[in-house]
Amino acid sequence: MRRSLIEGLTTGALTEPAPQPDEAALAELAQSTNRAARTRLGRSLSIRHVDAGSCNGCELELHALSNAFYDLERFGLRFVASPRHADVLTVTGPVTRNMREALLRTYDAMPDPKWVLAIGGCARGGGLFAGSYAVVGGVSDVIPVDLHIDGCPPSPTALLRGLLALLQRQDGSAV
Amino acid sequence: MTILDTIGSTQTVGSHRPWPRAVVDDAGWARAIDEFAAGRWTLSGLWADVDAVHMAVISGANEIAVLTYQCSNGRFPSVAARHPPAMRLERAIFSLFGYEPVGTPDRRPWLDLGFWDVAHPLGKRGAPQREPYAFLPAEGDALHQVPVGPVHAGIIEPGHFRFTANGEFVVRVEERLGYVHKGIESLMAGATIERGAQLAGRASGDSTVAYASAFARAVEAATQITPPARALYLRALMAELERLANHFGDIGAICNDASFALMHAQTGILRERTLRATEACFGHRLMMDAVVPGGVARDLNADGEAQLRGLLAELRARFPRLIELYDNTASLQDRTVTTGIVKPEYARQFGAGGYIGRAAGRNFDARRTPGYAPYAELSFDVPVLAAGDVNARVWIRIREVEQSLSLIEQILERLPPGGVATAIAVSGPCEGMAYAEAFRGDVLVWLRLGDDNRIRRCHLRDASWFQWPLLETAIENNIIADFPLCNKSFNCSYSGHDL
Ligand code: SF4
Repeated sequence: MRRSLIEGLTTGALTEPAPQPDEAALAELAQSTNRAARTRLGRSLSIRHVDAGSCNGCELELHALSNAFYDLERFGLRFVASPRHADVLTVTGPVTRNMREALLRTYDAMPDPKWVLAIGGCARGGGLFAGSYAVVGGVSDVIPVDLHIDGCPPSPTALLRGLLALLQRQDGSAV
Repeated sequence: MTILDTIGSTQTVGSHRPWPRAVVDDAGWARAIDEFAAGRWTLSGLWADVDAVHMAVISGANEIAVLTYQCSNGRFPSVAARHPPAMRLERAIFSLFGYEPVGTPDRRPWLDLGFWDVAHPLGKRGAPQREPYAFLPAEGDALHQVPVGPVHAGIIEPGHFRFTANGEFVVRVEERLGYVHKGIESLMAGATIERGAQLAGRASGDSTVAYASAFARAVEAATQITPPARALYLRALMAELERLANHFGDIGAICNDASFALMHAQTGILRERTLRATEACFGHRLMMDAVVPGGVARDLNADGEAQLRGLLAELRARFPRLIELYDNTASLQDRTVTTGIVKPEYARQFGAGGYIGRAAGRNFDARRTPGYAPYAELSFDVPVLAAGDVNARVWIRIREVEQSLSLIEQILERLPPGGVATAIAVSGPCEGMAYAEAFRGDVLVWLRLGDDNRIRRCHLRDASWFQWPLLETAIENNIIADFPLCNKSFNCSYSGHDL
């Protein structure tokens, strides 16, 4: 173990420079964030995640955000275990009828102000699964969505871009 | 004696490939259940169709067949009454199709959690019934219940676990699944083969290559088409890369759940390197839609080959150190050894596949049995252990990483030249079936095609169906705090199970 630790100190960091925040995401957010909410928060956001019916592909890439290459926490972003601690709700998947209520309850349990990120092609309108008896639709059919991040699944870089766009809005750096 | 001899069937269906499908009467159906109950045959799938219930059977001699019971009256003799592994499958058949398993000990719905607009969405649709769900009782002094989920603390899929505990010790856990049920099999009905492949590839995102391969091979079996040899090798290449990525991720995650974060960080690097290589080679990190019926969507070029050789060199240099790290960290072993034991007799009875079965003595790997191209031309071991605990499951995965590295090397050495796709043409109604070994175990795909190139019925059976119930047995008498560790060491698919 010691060898791995020492080597970790002597080899360069794997962490990559931050990507530019997504322009389109900034535009989408401009309509949903207000200045008062932004100034209440520092440059730090707690994220709660709900899988509302995903195939689990999106979850794999959300996990990747915590690896040494993307290192989410350096931006003050972290996943938390309870909606009561969260500022941001990330939601993946088409919303299944079986998960609709759990999603609503999680959303309701979060304190204001709060933001919702709908992640992956399914989260927008249900994607490939739209029209099934078991699917309600996209996330915005159930709770208000501030930002969509497309992709099937979105790459960790795309996820990071979206999250950074959200942070930049919190920061008040652009209106 | 073959399966069909044993059940005394003569009525086989002509267009079912590659294994026979026979329509059986009450006596034949009962005979099959005898064989399961006696432990001679393995139930490998149980699903419904228009006025029929099918079971996939693997005999002791590893022969495979599908047996069909016609049930135009909406009733069939329960398999679960004498063979418990069929229980959830029968409950799902009832919820989806409305066919009643006669004699079943458990009539509660499965997958249908009471939120749909219709009852029996794949059969004769009716008005939904909303009865409260009764969890199994556990009685005794000082027992308390802990409901967990569907939403869990981490970034994981949703499902409900009902714990009954005595102090810290789990007396019983009962799973309730179906939260991510998307109705995939209903979307399959009437879909084009192309859309079917996309849906199959999203049954469980972590196993997209395995699902897409099993679906493609079922279509190819039905339509009697053989893809070019190069395509078959490329599928195996992708499948082994998928296995590597998942095993890296999970070995780290298991250690992380035992509070050993260093391993998680290290295997996370190997997983990311692997995904970057797959993206460079096949244009997608998880390789979604890269395997298509008839072949593969994208050829591997010289650049890709070089990338993979670089990846292999790095993994070969780094992984042995992580094995050493796992092996030499006593505090970690203290958590994994003797925790969450799966009994070998359960692994056999349930036909549990993947590392869950192989860590508990069940020597089964779909790449070997029934086997599929190109694995017969490649040399690899199927590691098997007997202990059945978290530690054994970790070791099976470690050994499988080594085997996958060797397989990738062999595939790169022998990659045949030529094209990578053949056109699919359906000349008449036909049925096909295939197994693929996903990282967590065998995936079964069964389908029937119409002559309009569309899917009539497609059933997908994840390995998790026969693994989830064993998690309930493995946690007994462990402490609640070890549940995340046990659960992670199983890593069953919620989406692949719920569909
Ligand atoms: S967007 Fe793609 S990866 Fe994400 S849940 Fe949907 S199908 Fe799966």
